[in-house]
Amino acid sequence: MSSAVAKAPPVETPFLRLARDFARSRTALAGLAVLVLIVLAALLARWVVPQDPYDLAQLDILDGMMAPGSLGGSGWTYWLGTDDQGRDMLSAIVFGLRTSLLVGVVATLIALAVGVAVGLLAAYAGDRVDGLVMRLVDIQLSFPAILIALILLALLGKGVDKVIVALAAVQWAYYARTIRGSALVERRKEYIEAAQCLALPHRRIMMRHLLPNCLPPLIVVATVQVAHAIALEATLSFLGVGVPVTQPSLGMLIASGYQYMLSGDYWVSLFPGLALLVTIVAINLVGDRLRDVLNPRLNH
Amino acid sequence: MLVFILRRLAQSAVVVVAMSVLVFAGIFAIGNPIDVLISPEADEFERAAAIARLGLDKPMHEQFLRFVDSALGGDLGTSFVHGVPALGLVLQRFPATLELALCAMLVAVALGIPLGLWAGLKPDSLAGRVIMTGSILGFSLPTFWVGMMLIMAFAVTLGWLPAGGRGETASLFGVQWSFLTADGLAHLILPAVNLALFKLSLVIRLARAGTREVALQDYVKFARAKGLAPARIVGVHILKNIMIPVVTVLGLELGSVIAFSVVTESVFAWPGMGKLLIDSILQLDRPVVIAYLLVTVLLFVVINLIVDLVYSLLDPRIRLGGGRA
Repeated sequence: MSSAVAKAPPVETPFLRLARDFARSRTALAGLAVLVLIVLAALLARWVVPQDPYDLAQLDILDGMMAPGSLGGSGWTYWLGTDDQGRDMLSAIVFGLRTSLLVGVVATLIALAVGVAVGLLAAYAGDRVDGLVMRLVDIQLSFPAILIALILLALLGKGVDKVIVALAAVQWAYYARTIRGSALVERRKEYIEAAQCLALPHRRIMMRHLLPNCLPPLIVVATVQVAHAIALEATLSFLGVGVPVTQPSLGMLIASGYQYMLSGDYWVSLFPGLALLVTIVAINLVGDRLRDVLNPRLNH
Repeated sequence: MLVFILRRLAQSAVVVVAMSVLVFAGIFAIGNPIDVLISPEADEFERAAAIARLGLDKPMHEQFLRFVDSALGGDLGTSFVHGVPALGLVLQRFPATLELALCAMLVAVALGIPLGLWAGLKPDSLAGRVIMTGSILGFSLPTFWVGMMLIMAFAVTLGWLPAGGRGETASLFGVQWSFLTADGLAHLILPAVNLALFKLSLVIRLARAGTREVALQDYVKFARAKGLAPARIVGVHILKNIMIPVVTVLGLELGSVIAFSVVTESVFAWPGMGKLLIDSILQLDRPVVIAYLLVTVLLFVVINLIVDLVYSLLDPRIRLGGGRA
């Protein structure tokens, strides 16, 4: 033991410490591994699946509604079955994942940017601005997300971009509230006072001093919110107000399988649903662990 | 207390006014009100008549006053599809949604509190872990997919329960209810369970957290030292004290259950106002969408108001500190 103490401790960056803490939970690591696989599959969709499900030339209508594991006309096996147009479900799911992840991540990033800007401003300006903004946030949060998203989409119409706008509009309030909470605590600390005494411009104090110190809790909220956004998008697409038929997400795939389910052809709906479930659970596992690792009260 | 109620009422009024301005802005300013309020099938003559009747040629502030005036009079336009007043249509579907939402709440409480108690009393036991994992799944699973799987399992494969619709209804207070007939009850089970799932997970977590906290308090230790039966300690001393947060959250969540019933109603073809909303959005029947929106906003404001007032009765600190919107 004594020799270990005598050796100079290796330089440990905060990131390395975080990674080590994170890796202590096996479930979280498994979640992360699954998540990485999912993201890779979605990014490299064109190369990892046997078929481009939206290139009609590659579809064989004779292979329509085949059960999982059936051998198709062109020689390969449809491990997850096919839909009514002979589309390989595995390929459709991977392409669907792409749309779902894209919508979830982009919507969360936009909401994060808006929420951070508004929340920081409210906390820094204080008084009237703060009261007004937070009342707005309170009002929005007193209505369920799905209702607001539905109404927005009813006004905006269908489309991937519109779904992203609606999801961002639903989410910004969470971030605004979270960052305002931590910014209110931080701005009373000495380093902010010191920065103010140096007569630094407000923008610089907010962006360089306040923001970096308020970010950690936000990262956790954002991770979990990606899962929420994906689930909400799936629900909206299922209800028929989400993404268009030409760019189906997992929710859309599940919805289009709904009509076949009642006649017992379960696979068209079941597998996209499982893919959605695995994605959401993986994100939640990673998010939960991040929260534990970043929470200073639990670190010992 | 009176000051608190007045202040809280004023806040609610502000929310209602703000929302109606937003709705007005959304429909009249951003979208083209002619597209929104006049059926696309109308011919040139009908169109001109409707524009004059709705006052769409007037300046914006006059249009807004007109909108408020007709909304206060309960006139929110006529449904393009059904040809009847939109507000009446929404209100007529309201009992079905309310019935579904209340049943879902009942399921969530009846199952969630015992499960949460169990998980809180024995957090390290196998059952406790299974319950908590289940509640995490309940948060993660998308409601509509669970609904479809329930139909798949219990209606298609096993054939025990009907897959959709409201079944036979019986009349009570002049309104049709499903829970009064055996057939209606059978139709109610799957949608209610489906809608309850999310709130069930929430109740389990609340009850578990409450139990773990309360079980360590001195008065529970004292009751145990006094030699009371474990059933009495759990049933009286612990249960009573975990109910306060559960009841509060459930009150606040009633609105969200009503909003989420949009999904469940669509899956199970339950003829409530959520299904009406989706159908109306898909058929571009906008007066009905507006009517639904205003009814729901009003409902939410009233629910939040009641919860706040009840809570301020139970806990004077809220009253002194000022309420939330």
